[in-house]
Amino acid sequence: MNIFDRIWNSSLGKKYLMALTGAALFVFLIGHLLGNLQIFGPPELINGYAHFLKSKPAMVWGARLGLLACVALHIASAVTLAQLNATARPQAYATKGAYGASTASQYMLPTGIVIVSFVVYHLAHFTVLLPGVNGVGDFSNLKATLHHEQVPDVYGMMVLGFEVGWVVLFYLVAQALLFMHLNHGLAAMFQSLGFRDHVWWPRIQFLARAASVALLIGYCIIPLAIYLRLVGHDYAEMIRFKPKAQTAPPALVAAQGKEAK
Amino acid sequence: MKVTLKVWRQKNRNTPGSFKTYESPELNENMSFLEMLDVVNEQLANRGEEPIAFDHDCREGICGTCSLVIDGKPHGPHKGIATCQTYMRSFKNGDEIVVEPFRAKAFPLIKDLVCDRKSFDRIQQAGGFITVRTGAAPDANSIPVPKPDADLAMDAAQCIGCGACVAACKNASAMLFVSAKISHLGLVPQGQPERYKRAKAMVDQMDAEGFGACTVTGSCEAVCPKEISLDFIARMNRDYGVALLKGDPKAIKGGGAG
Amino acid sequence: MATLNSNIPSGPLAEKWEHHKFYTKLINPANKRKYKIIVVGAGLAGASASATLAELGYDVHNFVFHDSPRRAHSVAAQGGINAAKNYQNDGDSVHRLFYDTIKGGDFRAREANVHRLAEVSVNIIDQCAAQGVPFAREYGGLLDNRSFGGAQVSRTFYARGQTGQQLLLGAYSALNRNIANGGLKSYTHAEMLDLVVVDGHAKGIVVRNLQTGEITRHNGDAVVLATGGYGNTYNLSTYARGSNATAIWRAYKRGACMANPCYTQIHPTCIPVSGDYQSKLTLMSESLRNDGRVWVPKRKEDCGKKPADIAEGDRDYYLERMYSAFGNLAPRDIASRAAKTVCDEGRGVGETGLGVYLDFSAAIQRLGEGKVRERYGNLFAMYQEITNENAYQTPMRIYPAVHYTMGGLWVDYNLMSNVPGLFVLGEANFSDHGANRLGASALMQGLSDGYFVLPATISGYLAGQNPGKRPTTDNGSFKEAEENVQTMTKRLLGNKGKRTPDSFHKELGKLMWEHCGMARNAASLEKGIKAIGNLREAYWNEVNVLGESNDWNQSLERAGRIADFIELGELMCRDALMREESCGGHFREEYQYTPDDPETKQGLVNPGDVKRRDDQFAFVAGWEYAGAPDKAPILNKEPLVYEEVKMSTRSYK
Repeated sequence: MNIFDRIWNSSLGKKYLMALTGAALFVFLIGHLLGNLQIFGPPELINGYAHFLKSKPAMVWGARLGLLACVALHIASAVTLAQLNATARPQAYATKGAYGASTASQYMLPTGIVIVSFVVYHLAHFTVLLPGVNGVGDFSNLKATLHHEQVPDVYGMMVLGFEVGWVVLFYLVAQALLFMHLNHGLAAMFQSLGFRDHVWWPRIQFLARAASVALLIGYCIIPLAIYLRLVGHDYAEMIRFKPKAQTAPPALVAAQGKEAK
Repeated sequence: MKVTLKVWRQKNRNTPGSFKTYESPELNENMSFLEMLDVVNEQLANRGEEPIAFDHDCREGICGTCSLVIDGKPHGPHKGIATCQTYMRSFKNGDEIVVEPFRAKAFPLIKDLVCDRKSFDRIQQAGGFITVRTGAAPDANSIPVPKPDADLAMDAAQCIGCGACVAACKNASAMLFVSAKISHLGLVPQGQPERYKRAKAMVDQMDAEGFGACTVTGSCEAVCPKEISLDFIARMNRDYGVALLKGDPKAIKGGGAG
Repeated sequence: MATLNSNIPSGPLAEKWEHHKFYTKLINPANKRKYKIIVVGAGLAGASASATLAELGYDVHNFVFHDSPRRAHSVAAQGGINAAKNYQNDGDSVHRLFYDTIKGGDFRAREANVHRLAEVSVNIIDQCAAQGVPFAREYGGLLDNRSFGGAQVSRTFYARGQTGQQLLLGAYSALNRNIANGGLKSYTHAEMLDLVVVDGHAKGIVVRNLQTGEITRHNGDAVVLATGGYGNTYNLSTYARGSNATAIWRAYKRGACMANPCYTQIHPTCIPVSGDYQSKLTLMSESLRNDGRVWVPKRKEDCGKKPADIAEGDRDYYLERMYSAFGNLAPRDIASRAAKTVCDEGRGVGETGLGVYLDFSAAIQRLGEGKVRERYGNLFAMYQEITNENAYQTPMRIYPAVHYTMGGLWVDYNLMSNVPGLFVLGEANFSDHGANRLGASALMQGLSDGYFVLPATISGYLAGQNPGKRPTTDNGSFKEAEENVQTMTKRLLGNKGKRTPDSFHKELGKLMWEHCGMARNAASLEKGIKAIGNLREAYWNEVNVLGESNDWNQSLERAGRIADFIELGELMCRDALMREESCGGHFREEYQYTPDDPETKQGLVNPGDVKRRDDQFAFVAGWEYAGAPDKAPILNKEPLVYEEVKMSTRSYK
């Protein structure tokens, strides 16, 4: 058997895959958050960042494919392990058990499923820009001018998108579940890969908790700040009247141009 | 005191089982849980009903024979002890106590509350040993073992093989048991030559027996009568990972005659 | 009449074993696999023997009634295992261990066997350490020792409070290795119910599969029994509930002699009985006596008081008073009997009045609670779990309980019984402990027999056997044995009585404790024999066994074992009655030192100590079955010849 078969055919091997792909996805989450936190700067900051990414298609698609592979492996291991686990106890207990287990640890699969569906929505929302899912209109029409170029107005999309109550609610719920998933998963990752002993386990648990709390706060303050009209409300009001226009409204272009000077 | 017992009764593997409810006779709070079952059984037998089958032997928490899931927790309400060391003073007069067997595919039921844990033996047979012939051992003090290593090995070696870890795990995983066995031998110098081979063989056998995988919920550690630590699972994961990366040893070519 | 020839080799004591090994015939390696050996039991002796024999190349078949070979009651031994390593440089030697064991056994053990045990003890530790047994270590990484069970040197090796468990896991791992290699076949949930004797030689067993009820025949060139002791005859004991005498008893009924059955060890530090429902007595490790002081109130009137309310001057530290040299560490039989004496005087404590205090307050004052917790924390926790009392604050209550049986099937120096081809190891044989076993010696004996003695001696018998002519299981003797088992099963299940097997066991236990317990006398023993005889008859008329034979049936299993216990109990009483002396754990009230004896006056012993009668009873009593349970068994004697040691008064003062 080659090494891949060995890994795939063993329950521990799949746990390694879960842990490693989980680690990669965690790194992505940090990067993605740092990128998105630019919403708290002027509109051209995040728009410039988005434009920079767009201008490097090889890098972006490489990263996307890599992420996709990680997600696929993470899910495939999760599903096959879940099947194995389900067959390992054909007859359930009459009493509700799981003594001594944390809540998060018992619901990794359900939280994972919700997170996946959130990711699908999130992609439709802000990447594919499906008009039907955002409760606002067609985001693909939003353009901003940056260095005399017409670029997608990511800032505008976000501030418009997160002023929609149910969207924000879904995002917050998803972040809460992601927190649960990470809170358990980040520490368990070390366990699965064997990096743990009685000295390091409390530290790992603390760091995992701290990291998941940081991600929770970071990811929640963006929609919350926008929904509470603390960020970009003026900008949203400015572009709101015509999100369907083929070109950006003159006022908007003017505004951006002024700031860009 | 008196209690009501809701007990799983099942004639054998091929006959479906169900819960039966029994009223206990007057009990003494200093009785052990198993002595309470003895008393109930004696009452059943006197009525001509077949007694409840349950596993037990040493009744002092060391042989690992007793099992039972009591009100949802293997080995009853207390931490760090086996069913046989659970006393009736842990319950209240009038309590209803639900008693079930350990349930797992790899622990097929034999009768009532008795299940078959031979899968544990087969895992041990796959590699749970140090190859040393009787009489071939060097003087015991010729290989010093650092005290912390010996103590840690002893922590792992305390496992009594009862299977409560499997019973408690939502995935019916045997990771705690297997890791305790692998760690015990992997922590002493005498166990080093076969360390990775052993980890690989035992984990593969564990998989073959149909136990579930680990979700790191910690239930196993919480119910373990010897409070074996999850640290050992991490140790096993590490050793198994190394074994996977190492691959199989080189095949020996040629022959021995000469 | 059976002949009990001990086959002790000639020559100086210290060289007997080496010489004997050299002169014992060997089997050609290529032929070994043709010999099939049946081993029953997988405790320390059975597992170590099976593994070692398989390793040598024999075709070994191991049978246990447990669900796994790792569950035998060897696991319960807490304290440790002795070995004459002298790692502590405190004057230990093979000869000292030999002498201590002989003296501890009150000069009723075989010299040559005990010396061999002491010689082999050092190899056991090497073997176990190599298997990965996590013995306690010092900071330098070398093995730690402690003094235990009344020894004046520190020769006990230990693994926390789990020495037995760890040693058994070592032997079990060796067993597993040989199963994996294919040289050993393990049968679990397989209870031996009869021995098959063909032309006077043990050639097989009949086994019941406890899961399916199937009865099967198994043939072999030799049969090895390592099935443990018979202390459960007393019902309440520190034995596992499943421990039973069925294998040795059925072998006895096939002609093997039962030696010294009345030698039982009553362990001094157990948690007292609390009620009639009790199924088990829990041992508190003897190591507690290293730091605990045993006492009772001086006056009966104080017994009801709380221990804290009894002034220091009103306490009787009776072991320290009576045995000043050994004090609280006096050997088990002596400490137990002393506890019985003070309780009989009405000075016992606790609800039942059958208990003495084991007090740690002095140790806590001297060492601090932390140190005491470090040493005994798990034992204190166990005590609290069982009694709901905190032993850091109030003294423990302890009382003696049946713990070990020194008697067992008679074996010669080769560990072969008087039935050729039948070997008996560990606690199941009458062994090396004489009339009293020292602490930490049982583990030593089990492993010595299994790892080193039997594998060296069995070839002497096998060399005379032709494996090609091994009787097949179609042989008439196999058929007869199976029918015997079937008949008994049918009889038990078909009996429509009104009493459960367990109720008989309880009754037997009470009779045994009353008539054949810590102190025995002729009148009471005669009464006991009669009462147990009646119980035996009642059993077969009144017992009611529910369930079916072709199914998991714990009532049926127990019913068969209890029938054997009843018969064995009767024999124990007969043996105790015959032995008109006191020695070790066998105390006949008629034979004790009085204040007028010269030994008492010299200060060697206390009045009330056991008084041996070497002129008449320096022999091993080998009882032979007379063909029916109600027929008086035949007594055979093997004289005990002491070449090296002089039998002397055993003094612990």
